[in-house]
Amino acid sequence: MKLLEFLKRERKKSASVAKERLQIIVAHQRSQRGQPDYMPMLERELLEVIRRYVHVGDDAIQISLDSEDNCSVLELNVTLPKSERD
Amino acid sequence: MAKIIVVTSGKGGVGKTTSAAAIATGLALRGKKTVVIDFDVGLRNLDLIMGCERRVVYDLVNVIQGEAGLNQALIRDKRVENLFILPASQTRDKDALTQEGVEEVLDTLKETFDYILCDSPAGIERGAQLAMYYADEAIVVTNPEVSSVRDSDRILGLLSSKTRRAVQGDDPIKEHLLVTRYNPERVTQGDMLTLDDIREILAINLLGLIPESDAVLRASNQGVPVTHDADSDAGQAYTDTVSRLLGEDVPLRFHEWQKKGLLSRMFGGGRR
Repeated sequence: MKLLEFLKRERKKSASVAKERLQIIVAHQRSQRGQPDYMPMLERELLEVIRRYVHVGDDAIQISLDSEDNCSVLELNVTLPKSERD
Repeated sequence: MAKIIVVTSGKGGVGKTTSAAAIATGLALRGKKTVVIDFDVGLRNLDLIMGCERRVVYDLVNVIQGEAGLNQALIRDKRVENLFILPASQTRDKDALTQEGVEEVLDTLKETFDYILCDSPAGIERGAQLAMYYADEAIVVTNPEVSSVRDSDRILGLLSSKTRRAVQGDDPIKEHLLVTRYNPERVTQGDMLTLDDIREILAINLLGLIPESDAVLRASNQGVPVTHDADSDAGQAYTDTVSRLLGEDVPLRFHEWQKKGLLSRMFGGGRR
């Protein structure tokens, strides 16, 4: 029975894996397109400041800049670990 | 009105110089007065691919620094009328190119040429950005391989933000996709990204598809752009590409795998 399942299971073609990976990374790259050059630096420094008070990981901070009609909105999302919130 | 076209890719080794040489040759064969400029300062190779390496006296940097006139640096192609090469410098560092200098050279070339092809260096640094800055159109050379596709997307980002047309808010650069080293057999086996996959991910207009071909290495060995090998698949694919660049509607070839029959397998089945 096991053998039959093994034979029936088709190996996922490497090209379709490549396509899925590319779609994700390209979408990520495009979301960063057009943002100012200082954004990665700003993100790093903000993370440093937060770390003086709370211990958070590298991926705890999400930062994005959106342009609306006549102003830009800097959105900052920080995920704090549960134990340190109270 | 002269058109400035940059041949670029981000990733190295995908076929930028081969494509720049082949397309420039194709344009000249169609009667367009064409110059192809090597922007890869320090690592020039276009002269080798064009077969004029022994005739290089002055180069782009000499012209920009005022050490030679443009006409002294331009090399006339031996095979095709109307085709000229402007080589890169072998010795100097990349900072030898200035934006104003490049603009001056391009402005002068615009007066006499129909097409100015800029062969970009790999990477996204200064040299690559200078090669694309003044372009009207861009040919993005991409291999069916993850790192090449990703880098092409990065280049598309630069084309839409770091070029003169983007900075001044003019009409955006016309972007063309050129897929090279395509192997239909591996695509059929499911081990190579399909043409449609690449088009879907990069979402730009397809200019041409060049199959993986023995003719390309043969051409570079001899210093004869592969367009001259009119019997070869790659040569024909570049000729089709040039026709599309000139606005003609040419059907796509070489993207489907023809399974070899018994006879051609036994006897080799001709030149590829």
